[in-house]
Amino acid sequence: MPFDVAADVTANRPLSADYNVLALAAPAIAAAAAPGQFVMVKLGSGHDPLLRRPFSVFEVLQGNDGSPIGITLLNKRIGPSTSLLYEARPGEVAACLGPLGRPFTVVDPPSDAWMVAGGVGLAPFAALAQALRARGTACTLFYGARRADELFYLDFFRAMHVELVLTTEDGSAGERGRIVAPLERRLAARAGGAPVMIYACGPQGMLAATAKTAARFNKPCQVSVERIMGCGLGGCYSCVVAMRDDDGAFHHVRSCLAGPVLAADKIRWD
Amino acid sequence: MTLDLSVSIGSLTLKNPLIAASGCFGYGVEYADLVDLSSLGGVAVKGLFLAEREGHPAPRIVETPAGMLNAIGLQGIGVRRFVDEKLPELRARRATVIVNVCGTTLDEYVEVSRILSDADGVDAIELNISCPNIKEGGIQFGCSLTGTFDVVSAVRKVTRLPLIPKLTPNVTDVSSFARAAEDAGADAVSLVNTFLAMVLDVETRRPKISNVVGGLSGPAIRPIAVRMVYECRQAVRIPIIGMGGIADARDALEFMIAGATAVQVGTANFVDPMIWPKLLDGIRAYMERHQIERLFDLVGTVDVHAEITDH
Repeated sequence: MPFDVAADVTANRPLSADYNVLALAAPAIAAAAAPGQFVMVKLGSGHDPLLRRPFSVFEVLQGNDGSPIGITLLNKRIGPSTSLLYEARPGEVAACLGPLGRPFTVVDPPSDAWMVAGGVGLAPFAALAQALRARGTACTLFYGARRADELFYLDFFRAMHVELVLTTEDGSAGERGRIVAPLERRLAARAGGAPVMIYACGPQGMLAATAKTAARFNKPCQVSVERIMGCGLGGCYSCVVAMRDDDGAFHHVRSCLAGPVLAADKIRWD
Repeated sequence: MTLDLSVSIGSLTLKNPLIAASGCFGYGVEYADLVDLSSLGGVAVKGLFLAEREGHPAPRIVETPAGMLNAIGLQGIGVRRFVDEKLPELRARRATVIVNVCGTTLDEYVEVSRILSDADGVDAIELNISCPNIKEGGIQFGCSLTGTFDVVSAVRKVTRLPLIPKLTPNVTDVSSFARAAEDAGADAVSLVNTFLAMVLDVETRRPKISNVVGGLSGPAIRPIAVRMVYECRQAVRIPIIGMGGIADARDALEFMIAGATAVQVGTANFVDPMIWPKLLDGIRAYMERHQIERLFDLVGTVDVHAEITDH
C-alpha cells in the first residue's frame, strides 16, 4: 500500500546544467520501496503545473542508525515541472506518493545481472545494483549518454564492484555510439548457457533495441517503461503499453499497475 | 450544530454530495486501499460498453495550463466483466455505485443499462452521451436534441434505477439538452463532460496526443462549467450534478450555490488521491461558519441581484 507524504526537500545536488539529484524526507516510502518502483511527485500546491510526475526511486537514504529516512530522485529538466524540481531548495515541500508499481525481479548467482541505461534511464539502477550486490550477484552496467559530462554516479557503481561499459554519442567517454552495440558484442562472446538477466531503462528506441537483442540471444529481459502518467494509481488509463497476453492477443495494460517493470518479450515494440 | 450533508438524486440519497467522476477513478477498486469508498457520496465508475475496448494508443494525456487534455478512447472491460469482477468488491466496500453507460448505438445503451439494472449493487446509471473522444455513438447522441431525447427515453423504458444523462459542453446551449433529458424522463443530469481541445508540439508540428484532439478538464474550465450549471438550473426542475475543475471545498460549494445538488471531482483526484476528507472538512467548516444545518439548503442560492462587493 502506498503512502502519501508531504516530503521536505532535504538536499538538491546539481549534476549538470540539466540533471540533479533531489533528496526527499520520506521514511515510510523509503522503508517500503523495492528497486524499480516509482513515486508520483509534485512540488508545491498550485494549479500550474497541475499534475504529479512519476519518478523512479533512485536511492534509498539511511540515517546514522541505518534506518531508512528518505529517497532521492534523478531528475532531468525538460519542462515546467522538472525545471521546478531542478531549482527546488531545501525546506520546500513536495507531495510524494509511493512506492508504486511492480519492481524488478532481483536475480541471484549464478545468474549475472546486466543493466542497460540510457540517459536519465539510469534512475532505477542505483537501487537495483545495491540489491543485486547484496545478494552477491555479479553486475555490469551498460550506460549510454550524449556526452562524457552526462555520465553520472560512475564512482558509486565502481565502489560496489559493478563493471561499467560506457558509450557516448560524441565519443567523449567510452565507446562512440549507442549502448546496444557493446551489449550485443558481449552477448555474442558469452557462452550460450551462462545465465544472465538483462534489465533496461531509457528512451523507447533503446528499450526496443535492447529487447530485440535480448530475444535474439534468448536471454530474459525486464524493461522499466516511461509513459505520461496522470495518477500512478490506475485511475486515469493514460500510461498504457500494448502487451501480449497468453492467447497471443495484444491488450493495453496500465504501466502504473502492471509495470513500470515489464517483460520485454511481451511488449509490442513497433 | 448537527450537520446534514446528505442530498437526493431522484430516489437515491447520497450521504454527501461528493462523487468520484467517471473516467478519473478507474472502477473504484483501484483506490480502495487509499480511500474509504463508503465515505464518498458516490463512485462513478469508468464508462462501460457491452464489449471490452482497447482505447487509443499512448500518449493519451497532455498537461495544459491549470488543466489537462485526455483522449483515452473509453478503454474498458465491458459491462459483464464489470458486473462479475468489480461490482462485488464495490458492494463489499459499501460504495454507492454509479455506472457510466456508453454505447455506439441506441440498442447498446439499452442493453448495457438492462444488464446493470438486473445486477445487484448498482445504485444509478449515468448515461455517457458526451465523450468527445470516440468516433461512433456517445457525443453524436449528446449533440442532438432528438438524439438525447431518444436515448434517454429508450433507456428509461428498461430501468428503474436513477437515470443521469451526462451532458457535453460542446454545444451552443447546454440547458436545452438538460430540458430534452428531463422531458425524456431523466432523474437528473450531470455536467459538464470535457471541452474538445487540441495541443500541438510547435517543434515537430505534431499533436501531443495520439487521437489528435481530446477533452480539456481541470481548474482551467471551472468558470465555464459553473456558468453552464447556473443556466441549466434555470431550465430544469430535476437535480443537477455539477463538475468541471473542482479542486477544493470552495469550488464544490460554488457549483452547489450555482445550482448543483451534488458534484463530481475528477482531475483533482489525480493530483491528490487523498482529497476526499479534505473536501468534506472544508464543506463542514463552511456550513458551521454560515450556520447551514442542511447542505441541501445551499443548492441554487446564488444571489444575482445583490450589489456586487469585493470580498
